[in-house]
Amino acid sequence: MSHVLVLVEISHRGHIADSARGLLALAARLGDPVAVVATREPLADDVVAKLGSLGAAQVYQGRSDAAGTALVAPQVEALAAAVAALSPAAVLVSHSYDGREAAARLAVRTGSGVLVDAVNVRAEDGRIIANGSIWGGNYLVDSATTGMPVITVRPGAVDESAPQASAQVTAESVTVDAATAGVIDSYNDAPEVSERPSLLGAKKVVSGGRGFGSKENFALVEQLADALGAAVGASRAAVDAGYSPQTTQVGQTGVSVSPDLYVALGISGAIQHRAGMQTAKTIVAINKDADAPIFEVADFGIVGDVFTIVPQLVEAIKARSA
Amino acid sequence: MRIVVLVKQVPDTSDVRKLDLNTGLLDRDAGEPIVDEINERGLEAALRYKDDNKGTEVVVLSMGPENAIKSIRKALSMGADSGVHIVDDSLAGADALVTSLAISKALERTGYDLVVAGNESTDGNGGIVPAMISERLGIPLLGFLVNMEITEAQVSGERQGDDGTANVHAGLPAIVTVTERFDYARFPNFKGIMTAKRKPVDTVTLAELGVDAAEVSSLDRTEVISAVERPARTAGTKIDDDGTAAATLVEYLATNRLV
Ligand SMILES: Cc1cc2nc3c(=O)[nH]c(=O)nc-3n(C[C@H](O)[C@H](O)[C@H](O)COP(=O)(O)OP(=O)(O)OC[C@H]3O[C@@H](n4cnc5c(N)ncnc54)[C@H](O)[C@@H]3O)c2cc1C
Ligand SMILES: Nc1ncnc2c1ncn2[C@@H]1O[C@H](COP(=O)(O)O)[C@@H](O)[C@H]1O
Repeated sequence: MSHVLVLVEISHRGHIADSARGLLALAARLGDPVAVVATREPLADDVVAKLGSLGAAQVYQGRSDAAGTALVAPQVEALAAAVAALSPAAVLVSHSYDGREAAARLAVRTGSGVLVDAVNVRAEDGRIIANGSIWGGNYLVDSATTGMPVITVRPGAVDESAPQASAQVTAESVTVDAATAGVIDSYNDAPEVSERPSLLGAKKVVSGGRGFGSKENFALVEQLADALGAAVGASRAAVDAGYSPQTTQVGQTGVSVSPDLYVALGISGAIQHRAGMQTAKTIVAINKDADAPIFEVADFGIVGDVFTIVPQLVEAIKARSA
Repeated sequence: MRIVVLVKQVPDTSDVRKLDLNTGLLDRDAGEPIVDEINERGLEAALRYKDDNKGTEVVVLSMGPENAIKSIRKALSMGADSGVHIVDDSLAGADALVTSLAISKALERTGYDLVVAGNESTDGNGGIVPAMISERLGIPLLGFLVNMEITEAQVSGERQGDDGTANVHAGLPAIVTVTERFDYARFPNFKGIMTAKRKPVDTVTLAELGVDAAEVSSLDRTEVISAVERPARTAGTKIDDDGTAAATLVEYLATNRLV
């Protein structure tokens, strides 16, 4: 079988990105998965073991002194070197901040087409096909390229895992042309968020909107999320107002989620917000305006005040699980 | 300093957008064509630098059909100095590789110190064209900026990441992409609207940019194999809160095994 490359992102704190599991699972469906990483130091044994347990039989390490200081360029060089060495059938990359930039730059190097934001991939009649869910899931589109595809995969879209493997590492030095890369000066890490699940791939999401009126009040959203074991999301208006961090924005220009349960609190349900959540299995909405468009897509809607209802919900759910 | 702002004309996201199920391409007649909001924010950032630094030239560049001139004029009315419009019938349905090739050639022709793009377009959602341009031109990319500071020699700012932001910088020339954390754009004023009509717009074809057909056909193409429309969602139960709604909701969640 041919190789399928997966760009595994490793954070500056040494964490393997959550996207690695799903990407390796898709790669294992299409061929022999190879994890490609760009780091400065040799890979720690536990990192190699983890990559093996996620399904990578082979790890291709591009070693670069610029890893960690040059923006994205070391990953591009590692991928380009791995493509040259292994002639893969496809390259899979997360549709993350770093991932899609690396994918785009690699594609220019190799003259390859990029299939963006796939939620699934499959091999059919010798071709690799990416399936995308566009405009809020209004359309499902299959696409392919005329040569080796570079595919970016929507974070959180893949549930499955690849069979475990035992990873062998190949290390190659790669060189970054400093003149063509941005420089990372320092990191401002978000505080490590408690036990709360991450929005990407979450089974339950509770989102709050402008209806909360302040960052203090937005704590109600977090309380209900915690009672349900859900991730926290927000509308753009809530993010703009500073109630919730940018990374929690759900919608057209934020994260797209497809959870089993989506609860929209004090959110009007503008078309751009719905574009990020209307593929949820069950949608619940609470809004004091009976005409709010969110009710058009809600399976269960309550016309009422979030300040009255949300605390009651939190109590009732806690009482049930007690 | 010459700042080139890349502006894409897209269908308004407030309208229902349609995909042509036969070609898999955007149905350009459904949805009012407008300047993508993210590009107006990018333009605003460039204009603010120009407000404070006389001698700055702001150029808007757009690749798109004839009617994309409407978006270029809008940007000129907001305060950009001139426009570049890449228009060529062979570009209909162009993918990111081809788009980035045409825009890169046009940027070389126009000249630039800083290129400002959007982090992703609302019709393609790719967020890949700017990175492709940086690779083609061999210039640094600072992508997904949440803020930006421009000086004569460099550009810097905070880049959004998965678990926080990073402080990044690059020497000029460089390309940046802005996110929604950049401010909304100013409105065109009366004087802007009047002068926009007289500002120069350079309309160029691929041949004029020196992009030859052989180079374009050597690139892999992306193609849509099939597209299906999903049925729209329908509204379910809606109740008024009479004091018992929370309890009813918890019952509903329990029945559906969601608590
Ligand atoms: C290009 C573009 C991209 C966009 N991308 C996104 C995106 O990704 N995500 C996104 O969310 N938006 C996006 N938007 C913005 C979108 O159009 C809306 O402006 C936004 O979603 C509104 O947020 P909201 O529902 O919180 O605020 P509002 O529309 O102001 O709604 C607040 C709601 O709260 C209700 N409310 C107020 N008080 C209470 C109370 N006490 N109890 C119960 N209900 C109450 C009100 O009835 C109202 O319905 C985008 C817009 C554009 C143009
Ligand atoms: N046809 C185009 N004309 C001008 N700029 C474009 C075009 N396509 C993409 N861009 C720029 O690249 C950004 C990201 O686009 P995309 O990669 O298509 O999501 C846009 O916000 C624009 O700044």
